[in-house]
Formats: sequence, structure tokens, C-alpha cells
Amino acid sequence: MNSAITTENLTKQFGDFTAVDRISFEVAKGEIFGFLGANGAGKTTAMRMLCGLLSPTSGKGTVAGFDIYKQSDNIKRNIGYMSQKFSLYEDLSVAENMRLFGGIYGMNSKAIASKTDESLRELELTNDRNTRVKSLPSGIKQKVSFAVSIFHTPEIVFLDEPTGGVDPIARRKFWEMIYHAAEKGITVFVTTHYMDEAEYCNRVSIMVDGKIDALDSPEKLKNTFMASSMDEVFQSLARKAKNS
Amino acid sequence: MATSISINNISKKYDDTPALNSISFDINQGELFGLIGPDGAGKTSLFRILTTLLLADGGQASVAGLDVVKQYREIRNIVGYMPGKFSLYQDLSVQENLDFFANVFHTSMEENYDLIRDIYVQIEPFKNRRAGKLSGGMKQKLALCCALIHRPQVLFLDEPTTGVDPVSRKEFWEMLKRLKKENITILVSTPYMDEATLCDRIALIQSGKILSIATPDEITGKYPQKLFAVRSENNYQLLKQLRNDPQVSSAYIFGEYLHVTFKNDVPVIEAEEISPTVEDCFIQLMEMS
Repeated sequence: MNSAITTENLTKQFGDFTAVDRISFEVAKGEIFGFLGANGAGKTTAMRMLCGLLSPTSGKGTVAGFDIYKQSDNIKRNIGYMSQKFSLYEDLSVAENMRLFGGIYGMNSKAIASKTDESLRELELTNDRNTRVKSLPSGIKQKVSFAVSIFHTPEIVFLDEPTGGVDPIARRKFWEMIYHAAEKGITVFVTTHYMDEAEYCNRVSIMVDGKIDALDSPEKLKNTFMASSMDEVFQSLARKAKNS
Repeated sequence: MATSISINNISKKYDDTPALNSISFDINQGELFGLIGPDGAGKTSLFRILTTLLLADGGQASVAGLDVVKQYREIRNIVGYMPGKFSLYQDLSVQENLDFFANVFHTSMEENYDLIRDIYVQIEPFKNRRAGKLSGGMKQKLALCCALIHRPQVLFLDEPTTGVDPVSRKEFWEMLKRLKKENITILVSTPYMDEATLCDRIALIQSGKILSIATPDEITGKYPQKLFAVRSENNYQLLKQLRNDPQVSSAYIFGEYLHVTFKNDVPVIEAEEISPTVEDCFIQLMEMS
């Protein structure tokens, strides 16, 4: 199978605390994969291992076909990352941010120039090419941040709570950008606390106390848990963990 | 009903950027009032003006009958404020933070223990841990305890649930419901529209302006069009097609469905008419403004 991400018993321990406990899953190419869990369930730790930023304690994993132990540099070159904290340079213009990140990922000037035009057109920001990022409204910043994270056409993009605090229309426009990127073949790995957004994913995993307790399409998860919404699925899994 | 917070034509600008545009409304004594809106809507500016930490450019406001400019000292004694950014002392332990805030307000934890007990027992096992080492949910509970330690008349909670998972969010709102019984006025802001329904009344705020202010049921009752839920195997494709249809007035993804409104007199065949949520209303009001 053509997998963008594979993990097998991936584990991370900090001292005697097991943050990520033998998780195994695969994400297919072009899939929108929702990575859910309560605060402290181990999502960020797992994501940091997949991005090549943290070495696992045990288990196996590949991202974009590269081994997470030995080829973390290759992984970093082939993924995009957007964090919940806004990650652009506020004093640079929209186009300058694109040029900076394009350059960091080794794109040549010609490729940067044509990709900048294309991105600005898709963002409908052609007139804001030279606008400093700090003067953009927060919903637009978030969209620019996403465009920058996929500027070098990575195989996979990791989005860590990308829509926190965004207005309801901008949040939906943001998800339309995600759909569009997935259509172009970019695999999307996304965390969110908005349960309606879980419904937008092809498949969703729910992490509880370091383990993946459920993994399926939203439709099937709702059937399995006899729930009418992903919020109910989440509540029943995560509450059980807190009470144990 | 007695007025607890009164806001009259409050305006605020930062350089040339307007943050609040002549806002007016009242909040009743003992009310759980929600300020609902995205980042940059002006929520925090309003909180800072009401808690006497920021001067408005124009307008008047009072808290518990006290003017926010002339009587700021009195106000500071009777309000509790939980800022959006975690602002306790990270290097002090849980217990030290609580003792510190109790001292500042010339009280002790014991004096108002009944008010914070439900919340405190959840962080008690970690009372010797440094605040900076707590998990997000625990930090939030500690911050709420510190904001309540002097039994404030009015509680200001600025985005207490942002970035918090759905289970902890639910728990937090259960705590607020219990506090409401103590007749404390609570002004809470949130970007999560689903939390709006848990408030007595809400103000929807966007770009420094109030879009609507009423009970959640009144707001959803005022939705001006028939709203339909539709779905397909590929909602994104369906969405693109609907957007191009001249008879479609609006179409947005909403969980597993698309929420769609049609222009006048379109006969709808086999689509389920649904009741709008606060989020539908927010979107509709944004489009009109």
C-alpha cells in the first residue's frame, strides 16, 4: 500500500511516564487524517516524533517513506508544519514570508516566483502581496500560514490545532483549503478540538492516555459508539479514561 | 433585575485600528453572560476596560455600580479576573499561588473555602507542584480558584476554554453553572459557538461591533431563512457545485452535513429542514454586516 505515514508500536517514555504507548496506524497518501485526543493524551509527543523532532523510545515508524530514527532530515524536507501558534514573520510581507520559507526548503528563485503568484491567486490576496503580515486579520493570517506550510509542495502537512480562535466563516474557508490541498495529493494530518471538524476528516483516531483507542471513519465511529455526533464519541472515550 | 455591568458607547482604538466601536449593553446581577466571537473581535479589550486595566477612548462603563475610571480601586477589590493568557506565578507552587492571591485580597483560603472547594479538590493532589509544571486543564482550574479566592461579586473569564479539549470544556462549564448559584455575575468570552447555548444571554461580537444580543434561543429564533442540511459521499464536491448554483443563497460545511439556504421560492425536494445553531446565526450576521 502507498502509505504516507506508518507506525508500529511507536512508544515514547519520559522517565517512568509513558506519553505515547505502542501506537500503530497507517495514513494513506492524500488522506485527511484527524488526530484527536484530550489535553495531555500524547498527541503533541506523537506528532513531534513523526516530524523528526523527537526520538522515540521504541517501535517503528516511517513518514513519506523515510525512517523516523535514521532519516529525520529527509522527513523534515518532505513535510510541512503549521502550529497552533501563529508561525509567520509578522514584520515581513506575505510574499517575503513565502520567499523565506521557499528558500529554506531549497526552492530556486524561479520556482519561488511562480509558486508565490499561484498561492496569492488561490488565497485571493494578489493585492496584498506586499502587505506586512501583522496588519492582516487573524483569519487571513491563518490561511497565509497554511499556504506557507505547503509552499514547497510537501508530501504531508501536519496541522496542529490550525483553526483555534478563528471566526466561523474563516474556519470553514480554511477547511476548504485543506480539501483543496488533499485533492492535489497532499496528505493532511490534523489535530483539532472542534468536533465538527473531526467530521471533515476521511478517518479519525482518538488518543486516550497515550494509546489510540479508536480509529475509523467518522461514520463508522458513530455507528460503533451508537453516537449521533463525533462529540459524543469523544466524550464517551475520553470521559471513561478520566474516571479510570 | 439589578444591573451588574453597564456599558455605554464604549470605544477603543489602537493607533488607527478600531478595537471597539461604540458598544452598549447591560448585564444583570447573577447572570451568566457570554461574549461570543473570534480572535480580534474586541473581547479582550472590553474585558480589560471593565477590569480597569485599560482606558476606553470614549463612553462610560460601570461594574457593580462603580465607574471604571473614577472608582477603579473599589472595582479591583470586588472583581475576579481570569485573563486569556495564563498569568499566575509559574515558579510558585499551586498552594503558594493560592495563598498569595488570598493575601493580596486580605483574606484566606479557609474563609471562602466553600466557594472554591469543588474546584480545589481537583488540584489538591498537586498542591506542591509548581504552577508552570501543571497540565493545561489543571492550570485553568488553579486560575479559576485564584480568581474566586476573595469571593468576587463579578467574575471575568477571558477565553477560559480556548485550546482545551471537549471533555475539560464540558467540566469547566459545569463549574460555572454551580458558581452561578452563588449569585456571582459571570462575564465569559469564548470563540466556541457551542458554548453559547450554556449562557443565560449572549452577545455576538465581530470586528468591534455587537452583531446581536439576546438569549441563545432568541438568537437562533431570529434566523431569517429556512435552513437545510444536505450531504453526499463527497461533501467538498457538492459544496463547490452548490456555490455555483444561482438559486443557492449560502452553503457551508457543518460537521457531516452542508448547511444550505436557498433564494426565494425554490421548491426544495427531499432536504431536511433543520433548526439553526448559534454558529449558523453568527455566519448569517457576519454576511449581512
